[in-house]
Amino acid sequence: MNSFEYAIATTIQEAVEMLSTHRGETEILAGGTDLLSLMKNFVVTPKRVVSLKGIRELRGITASPEGLRIGSMVTLEELHEHPAVHGEYHSLAHAAGSVPSLQIRNMGTVGGDLCQRPRCWYFRNGFGLLATDEKDQPLVPAGDNRYHAIFGHPGGRPGAYYVHASSLAPALITLGALLKISGPRGNRDVPIAKFFIRPTKASEHENVLLANEIITEIFIPAESKGLRTATYEVRQKEALDWPLATASVALRMTGNKVKTAQIVLGHVAPVPWPALDAERDLVGQPITEIIASRAGESAVRGARPLNGNKYKVQLARVAVKRALLAAVAERKPMAFAQDKEGMRHG
Amino acid sequence: MASEKWPEAGKRSLIGKRFTRLDGPWKSSGRAKYTYDVKRDGMLHGKLVFSPYAHAKIVSIDTSGVEKMPGVKAIHVITGAGKEVQYQGHEILAIAAETEEQARDAARAVKIEFEQLPHFVVDAPPEKAGERARPLAEQTTGNPDEGFKAAEVISEGTYGSPVITHCCLESHGQVAEWEGDNLRVWASTQNVSGISNEISEGLKNSGVEVPASNVQILTPVMGGGFGSKFGADTWGVACAALAKKAGRPVKMMLERDQELMAAGSRPSIYAKVRVGAKKDGTLTAWWSESWGTGGFGPGGGNPILPYIFTRVPNRRSHHTRVETNTGPARAWRAPNHPQMCVITMSAMEDLAAKLEMDPLDFFLKNLEFVVPERAEAYRQELLKGAEMIDWKKKWHPRGDKTPGPVKRGLGLSLHTWGGGGHPSNCNCTIRPDGSVEVFLGSQDLGTGTRTVIAIVAAETLGLPLNAVKVNIGDSKYPPSGASGGSTTVGGVSASTRRATTKALNELLERVAPTLGAEPDKLEAKDGTIRVIDDPSKNIPWKQACAKLGATPINASGQRVPRGADELISSGVGGIQMAEVSVDTETGIVKIEKMVAVQDCGLIINQKTAESQVFGALIMGVTYALYEEKLMDEATGRVLNADMEFYKLAGIGDVGNFAVHFMSGPGYDERGPIGLGEPPVVSPGAAISNAVANAIGARVPTIPITPDKVLAALEQKGGAA
Amino acid sequence: MSKRKSDEQKGISRRSFLKTTGAAVSAGVVSGAAADLLKAQAAAQSKFAGPGEVPISLRINGAARSLSVEPRMTLLDALRDRLDLTGAKKVCDRGTCGACTVVLDGKAVYSCTMLAIEGQGHEILTIEGLAPEGELHPISAAFVENDAQQCGFCTPGFVMACKAFLDKNPNPTEEQVKHGLGGNLCRCGTYIGVRAAVVDAAARMKGGR
Repeated sequence: MNSFEYAIATTIQEAVEMLSTHRGETEILAGGTDLLSLMKNFVVTPKRVVSLKGIRELRGITASPEGLRIGSMVTLEELHEHPAVHGEYHSLAHAAGSVPSLQIRNMGTVGGDLCQRPRCWYFRNGFGLLATDEKDQPLVPAGDNRYHAIFGHPGGRPGAYYVHASSLAPALITLGALLKISGPRGNRDVPIAKFFIRPTKASEHENVLLANEIITEIFIPAESKGLRTATYEVRQKEALDWPLATASVALRMTGNKVKTAQIVLGHVAPVPWPALDAERDLVGQPITEIIASRAGESAVRGARPLNGNKYKVQLARVAVKRALLAAVAERKPMAFAQDKEGMRHG
Repeated sequence: MASEKWPEAGKRSLIGKRFTRLDGPWKSSGRAKYTYDVKRDGMLHGKLVFSPYAHAKIVSIDTSGVEKMPGVKAIHVITGAGKEVQYQGHEILAIAAETEEQARDAARAVKIEFEQLPHFVVDAPPEKAGERARPLAEQTTGNPDEGFKAAEVISEGTYGSPVITHCCLESHGQVAEWEGDNLRVWASTQNVSGISNEISEGLKNSGVEVPASNVQILTPVMGGGFGSKFGADTWGVACAALAKKAGRPVKMMLERDQELMAAGSRPSIYAKVRVGAKKDGTLTAWWSESWGTGGFGPGGGNPILPYIFTRVPNRRSHHTRVETNTGPARAWRAPNHPQMCVITMSAMEDLAAKLEMDPLDFFLKNLEFVVPERAEAYRQELLKGAEMIDWKKKWHPRGDKTPGPVKRGLGLSLHTWGGGGHPSNCNCTIRPDGSVEVFLGSQDLGTGTRTVIAIVAAETLGLPLNAVKVNIGDSKYPPSGASGGSTTVGGVSASTRRATTKALNELLERVAPTLGAEPDKLEAKDGTIRVIDDPSKNIPWKQACAKLGATPINASGQRVPRGADELISSGVGGIQMAEVSVDTETGIVKIEKMVAVQDCGLIINQKTAESQVFGALIMGVTYALYEEKLMDEATGRVLNADMEFYKLAGIGDVGNFAVHFMSGPGYDERGPIGLGEPPVVSPGAAISNAVANAIGARVPTIPITPDKVLAALEQKGGAA
Repeated sequence: MSKRKSDEQKGISRRSFLKTTGAAVSAGVVSGAAADLLKAQAAAQSKFAGPGEVPISLRINGAARSLSVEPRMTLLDALRDRLDLTGAKKVCDRGTCGACTVVLDGKAVYSCTMLAIEGQGHEILTIEGLAPEGELHPISAAFVENDAQQCGFCTPGFVMACKAFLDKNPNPTEEQVKHGLGGNLCRCGTYIGVRAAVVDAAARMKGGR
């Protein structure tokens, strides 16, 4: 890790002022679980690190008639355990609690989860966000891409091949969450679905956040109450490991029929990947094994696997199916352990 | 006189019982000081500069700016300008500075000009390896062509195991401190008695003359080796050289990425196999064309195929070594055996499936082709294992036909290992106050060696375990061999038994007059010296020792330096069975249960013996399902030189285990035989066979990852 | 070089300006850990520290420890290199293996992915603080009894993760242990012993064994 100046803000305004307008010069320190590793690998080398730990407004979860407000510095464990989250937003509670390390859940924050950098091993080994060789050609298509994107990549041309690693984003997108962002020119709200972008140049970033902007809170509007939601994660290991594919679903049901469906895949594309065809197909249908399977099929239609990750198409398909079935399954009262157990079997 | 022979079953006070390890409290309270934890006055921190390239020539090294950087105290070049580096992680130079951060800053500031050279890093078959392929001699026995003609069923397949690493939790490294002409080195090593010489030799190249006898190695505890820590390594020598130059102690531990790149890997072995049998399952012929890489240099073994069934009458095997620009191979727990095992047992099980035979029956039938002295033990072990896992009830022909995506399967495997005992010397001192110490230049890698030594010594002297102080981990103690090849327990048990028996006999002579009996009519038991035929005539240990006056007893014992030693033996066998469940929609494999049946001669400590087997099974699950060192051809880099993508099993990833030791008559009299290696051989094969049984298709290579499981299912045309 | 410097000035607001605005913030509006953090910062009279060494104060095992660190020093390195508390181990150094686990305000955290300077204002418990030297905490004792250790390098981290886990789940089943301790890795393969040890430790802690 290079040496840096440490700055601790006590207000949002102050934090914004401490940040540089130039990406890379300053970094925001939230839980630190990703940033410190990036700095140790010299993937990021900020001159100043701005800690958000002293900003009280960024903490806490509050439920109101308008919706649920989640401070960006809320930890994954706090999110997982909060009664309002557990009670109403099963897919989100589950996504937060399924990170299989108590330590990461205790340290990692909601904002940090959304802003974490790709786990692409070329990126982490210093080949840049777009993982290119010295001739600016992409390394991923002909390299080891077993964990890379099957959707939304530029198909051999330079661009983003990594998968977005956020555990929470797919669930938050299905819940229609808004991100409250503060910057030098004040505040703005960004629907989380519009937050993630696919960079096409090495100088670009994975989201719309400017270098001196901060996510202050995540807001789930009250309209998202009463949905049947679930997250399913395909994980090879039960110990700390990245999922191979995930799906979060949120269903508005009329009787046993789907009125509206939101389905977002994780770990399959450089951004959380909405399964629009599957969402459409489900409208008016009951969720049965067959319908859920068909939705899985629709969800992966158009997948473009690379030479080493065809298997992820199947995993995405299954994740969608199992998430849908889990969303409509009768649920036991939420005790921590039962939830973990239920998660395993989807 | 007391006999050095191992006591018979009824006469053992301690041997074979369950003891918690002696250094357990030290470790579990966080107070144990590993090499990584050593802190000396004025200690500097060392960092290595290593090659980012898989193959390059070093054109120039410029450290001029670095020397003036804050805190930098010494620089030592390992691989100088004009030389080639042969893999990413190849060490080039070392820097010592006041703090670790300063040393790292300095290491990054060194300017090295490289001329990049063509590299070859992937684990490719010989036909794609060009001049990197080095064919070895073909081995032929009998008449393979006739053997295959005689076969009524022939099975063919390709199997294998990739390069994996050691990933010791305590990375390689040392602390070096000079005191005048003497060098003291705390080293995370498996070879306390062996590396002084290597450091002494290595330092000569830096113009530092220090006789090996002036180099003391200290390893009170160490954080895992698994075969990767036998040598001083270039960084060990560099650390001592830096300490000399700086005139201050230096600690230099490898960072995790360096450890995974350079400090140890297990060679890959793949093979195309053809194996034939009669309809009744009797093997008639074996053919294999194998290859693999041990990285840069001559590492990577010549596998002996088929494994275990070495007496199949007609066989031909041929191996090609492929040299790659990757970190050199080091011995990895049971070198070559896990790879040979997964190839052989997979091929055999595929043949059994083709024969529509229960593999248990198939393997039992073919025990005629294993070395005759082990055949009966294997038979008993297979039957015992089958009982433990309920094989006959649970086994089904290939492909679990029960509904639902999750399929269950059973698999088994056989393995062998040598053991024996490494050279070992032990000194035993009995003092007039009754205190007892033993000294051995051995080491405890976490296997429980320290505790084993104490048990043997206390058993011999008729004392409780805590009455013996065990001194190991110091090269100033009588030399013992490196801890490798499962030779430690044999070596140290033999030397300790002899030293303590000798010491006891001296004591018996001194006490005999008091008890009015000849020394050979006396024994040490229950904290007394007593008359064998009349235990009521006895004298407590302390009083007996008081007879020594002012002079302690000191006796030395040795494992017989060369060849056989009647206290110990070599050659064990074991079998393992695995029950797995496979989610056929995701390809994810979970271990439900594994049973291990193992012989290891006389068990000294039942508790740590079990732990060795459990640990081996877990390491086996890990390499069967997760581990692979991934190389990138375009960049020549290790893609997963971290613990995030170099995946190890966690506590929830291993199933339930049961272990049974073959012990008692026929086993115990062989004396203790090492257990570090044998049980780590079979898990890959047993799990692979269980997966094949579950899904009805072979996943040809380990690790058995979801992509491969799904591919195998797709190839066979769908679900199990 | 000159270009880079001008960028720097343009990019990062100048410190002097920030110090002024920072001073307007009252510590009275915050509470808990944040307040402590601020208090610690207030002592340094600045919201900025480094990049050189700065004095910090950590509460470790119930005692205040003053030391001087660069902001880039991790809590793990500070514990090990500066305070000679070497129970927490450096293994992956990337927040993956758990060998560096300490308990911070009652919660298990990876000390390798936390800056030492951010440890201020928290109660930090390391394995050395579990029991006085020469005594064994019930969890450590259960690890010994169940042979939940071989080389022992992962053990202190496991013990500390267990401590936080058991404080929250005083009656765990082995199944819960499997899910609750996924953030710690062992290479020797001691998980069978660890599972038993955690269940055993729970009993010991309740029964005061």
